[in-house]
Amino acid sequence: MRKLLLQNLWRLPLTIPAPAPSGQALAELGAKVDQAARQRLGRSLAIREVDAGSCNGCELEIHALNNAFYDLERFGFHFVASPRHADVLLVTGPVTTNMREALERTYAAAPDPKWVVAIGDCGRDGGVFAKSYACAGGVAEVIPVDLHIPGCPPAPMQLLEGLLALLQVN
Amino acid sequence: MNTQSLQAVLDAGHPVADHRPWPRVVVTPEIWNTLIEGLAGNVWTLLGLWGETGVVHLAVREEASGMLSVASLPCPDGCFPSVGRRHPPAQRLERTIADLMGLHPVGAPDVRPWLDHGRWPVRHPLGAATAPASPVPPYPFLPVEGESLHQIPVGPVHAGIIEPGHFRFTANGEAVARLEQRLGYVHKGIEGLLKGASLEQAAQLAGRISGDSTVAYALAFARAVEAATETEIPARAHWLRALMAELERLAHHCGDIGAICNDAAFALMLAHCAVLREQILRASAACFGHRLLMDSVIPGGVATDLPADGPDILQSLVTGIRRQFPPLVTLYDNTASLQDRTVKTGFVKPALIRQFGCGGYVGRAGGRAFDARRALGYPPYDELKFEVPLRTDSDVNGRVWLRICEVEQSLALIEQILQKLPSGPVGVALNALGRPCEGMALIEGFRGDILVWLRLNSDGTVARCHPRDPSWFQWPLLEAAIEGNIVADFPLCNKSFNGSYSGHDL
Repeated sequence: MRKLLLQNLWRLPLTIPAPAPSGQALAELGAKVDQAARQRLGRSLAIREVDAGSCNGCELEIHALNNAFYDLERFGFHFVASPRHADVLLVTGPVTTNMREALERTYAAAPDPKWVVAIGDCGRDGGVFAKSYACAGGVAEVIPVDLHIPGCPPAPMQLLEGLLALLQVN
Repeated sequence: MNTQSLQAVLDAGHPVADHRPWPRVVVTPEIWNTLIEGLAGNVWTLLGLWGETGVVHLAVREEASGMLSVASLPCPDGCFPSVGRRHPPAQRLERTIADLMGLHPVGAPDVRPWLDHGRWPVRHPLGAATAPASPVPPYPFLPVEGESLHQIPVGPVHAGIIEPGHFRFTANGEAVARLEQRLGYVHKGIEGLLKGASLEQAAQLAGRISGDSTVAYALAFARAVEAATETEIPARAHWLRALMAELERLAHHCGDIGAICNDAAFALMLAHCAVLREQILRASAACFGHRLLMDSVIPGGVATDLPADGPDILQSLVTGIRRQFPPLVTLYDNTASLQDRTVKTGFVKPALIRQFGCGGYVGRAGGRAFDARRALGYPPYDELKFEVPLRTDSDVNGRVWLRICEVEQSLALIEQILQKLPSGPVGVALNALGRPCEGMALIEGFRGDILVWLRLNSDGTVARCHPRDPSWFQWPLLEAAIEGNIVADFPLCNKSFNGSYSGHDL
């Protein structure tokens, strides 16, 4: 283990430079996010991820945000285990009818002020599952959404650009 | 005890025309019952059990001969003899059939709903849809009685970045007396959406049944369509599909080995394994245009050919992992505090693994040597050299080691594919038979064997498609694996299984 740790001390970091925040996300947020909330939340945001019926593809890419290449925490974001600790809910999936109440209750459990980011094409409008009897068809059908990051699934870089826009509007 | 061969039993039924590549036979209740006895006696393995309007289908495999077949029992009165009554692995599948189709398994020991949580706007969405009953009674969990027992309900929203499901633990102090799972939270109605879908839409849906196995599902779906339409695809397409499938396997094995160690609070492994995983996804994107390779396998071939610099990108990926991975394996093996958590944790009895026909690394770490790539030898695996790693320790450590060995096999397979990749086209137009036809495929995803069965209409649209995830036969064994372990070891056990919620809930 010592050798591995020492090697990493000498090696250049793998972490990529910060991308510019997504212009599209900035525009969507600029119109929606309330100024008072921006000031109170500051630049350190606790994220609670909620899978509301995704295929698990979005989760894989959200996980990747924590790897050495994207290193989300350097920007002040961190994932938390409870909605009670969260400033941001990151919601994936077309919101299955079976997950609807769990999502509503998670939203209610997160303290105000809070932002909701809907991830992926499913989170936007239900994606390929939109017409099913078992799906609400998009996160905004169930709880208010501040920002959409589309993609199937969005690559970590797109997620990063969208999330950085949350900091930029602060 | 039944000594007849599967062939002999099914010869008494009526074979269905245009079902490929394995036979489908319409059977009588007597033959159905013989099949149940054979399953219960471990002579045959249950591969799948699903319904249609007025009929239930049972897919079985004879281990000795490798014969695979579907038996279909017409049930005009909406009832069929329960398989789960004698063969527990069928129970959740039967509860699903009752939820989705409204067909009733007679004699079933467990008649609670499974995927239907009483929240859909319809009952029996795939059968004769009716309005839901209201109000829905609360779900009765199995009773656990005894002094000093307490319950811990977990989920559906979990603490990590994972899929939703509910786990009801009954613990005696630290030790788990019983775990009961309740799944179905991510039921998206995929089988309903597949009905009537064009092949293009259906292939997209198939690739999103379980996002982590998108290549595997797209491959199973494509092979089933090609079997149904009697379409031969070009050799290069077969080889590129295998290349994608191995990249998918490699990425998840690397990522999960790190994630299992992270669940024992050994974050160093996760940090390094996550770097390997990211390198694989980046190479996949550079070669085929999508990090997870979604929509890359399509009926008739593959969507994109390997670019000119593809072989170099992949060869340097393999060389890089061969350099970076062994020190991590040594680290895993030499860290006593980590081994203390993984060795003998989450043991599953090999007899249960056999009974459930449990595939993938859970099965192979518990002595069941089934790997669809080897057992069925679908192309190009019939021309590739690889070993199927097998262990018998059947604990978290065994499952980690099995995946370490499979990483090495996948690296060797990718190299062989790059060396022998035939030239030529990467796709072909599907045959239009102009009549209904049925196809089936069984392929090996990273998690285990995925079954896809389908019937196409004469216009080429999907009449019915049933995908069966390997998790159906792995989730129940997690309940057995955790018994007697401490609650704090559940994340380790769970991650070492890594069952799919989305693939199971459909």
